Amino acid sequence: MPQLFHRSANSTARISILAVVILATLGLTAVLGGVRSPNFTNQYLTRDQPIQFSHKHHAGDDGIDCRYCHAGVETSATAGIPPTKTCMNCHSVLFNNVGYLAPVRESYSTNTSIQWVKVHRLADYVYFNHSIHVNKGIGCSTCHGQVNQMPLMFQASTLQMQWCLDCHRDPEKNLREKKDIFNMDWKPAPDQAEKGKLLAAQYNVRSVRDLTSCSTCHR
Amino acid sequence: MSRARRHLTRFPLLLAASACSVLFLGGCDHLHQDMATQPKYRPLSPSDFFRDGRSERPLLENTVARGSLANDEFVIPKDSNAFPLEVDQALLERGQERFTAFCTPCHGLQGDGNGMVALRGMKHPPSYHIDRLREAPNGYFYDVITNGFGQMYSYGVQIPPRDRWAIVAYVRALQLSRDAHVSELPAELREKLSQGDSAK
Repeated sequence: MPQLFHRSANSTARISILAVVILATLGLTAVLGGVRSPNFTNQYLTRDQPIQFSHKHHAGDDGIDCRYCHAGVETSATAGIPPTKTCMNCHSVLFNNVGYLAPVRESYSTNTSIQWVKVHRLADYVYFNHSIHVNKGIGCSTCHGQVNQMPLMFQASTLQMQWCLDCHRDPEKNLREKKDIFNMDWKPAPDQAEKGKLLAAQYNVRSVRDLTSCSTCHR
Repeated sequence: MSRARRHLTRFPLLLAASACSVLFLGGCDHLHQDMATQPKYRPLSPSDFFRDGRSERPLLENTVARGSLANDEFVIPKDSNAFPLEVDQALLERGQERFTAFCTPCHGLQGDGNGMVALRGMKHPPSYHIDRLREAPNGYFYDVITNGFGQMYSYGVQIPPRDRWAIVAYVRALQLSRDAHVSELPAELREKLSQGDSAK
């Protein structure tokens, strides 16, 4: 009986096995790396907005408190995009004839909404609540980055579940005192480990078991 | 063609197929959106259903929102000097915090009308430390916060009634800070003050 396989089949088989392993590794790396990359998470991506609003100018240079516009952040799930009237509190007088604010004036006079493009988009199966975070010692800049230095808004974090869990598994490293919640320049102090423990007790932060329970974020 | 040869010719195919599957997996975000984008409104999301394109419905005229009747106790006439809340340290601290967030852009930290936005070109609001405003009743300040005054638009939407009163209390404290006599201070504070003087 003649040989079924040519002699070269030996090396072909070995190369094939090796190729499958390499390809699988490469493929997995590409997929896992891909979903973590800004291409997929939209991290660091600025959007074209109807008005090129600068947080750096308003929150940074002018020192306006976050809550002046995002007034719902302490009491509701969403921080809220301010109504056009909030813009007009100042811009009825300041820069009230410049072209790039024309959409604001038009929105105010015609009672139509400015269609801002959402920058921080969570999937609809995530039930994120701003107020619980802000009231339990998580400051704005922990998730949003130093907004006071962003001429154009972008998403500073990946907003992926891994990133959420990173804090939910160990919230103490990010807990701040009440007075620092809206402080954009806050950095953890060297004694954050002890401080965090005290603050967690003070705020009654739930156990890691509770914080990492599925239904904490998903209903 | 021997089997081995066939295997070899299949190799590029396999390569292309795995590359495709990688791309395909990467595209999952665009394929399975039914859970991530559910047919429901999230706060402020646009709507095709309502003519003005808003899912967030504006208040109807001459209606009272559920729960806002509880705010009735905070409504004090403009010319009344009554104060509907008990004034304590907590209320003043709340007032200071709210004042800092909502009022200082124009009125300044000290209430003298030199806030950052005023410096940018808004008309400087009057200082709280003038006789007219020292003598103004509490209800007047509450009314101005609620309904606005002159160039100042209403802050009724941004600041709930209880916080408006906290701010009124804090404005009163600011006024007192510039219009108090040393003799009115408690003894220990008076002593602290004289020590502060000698330290200079």
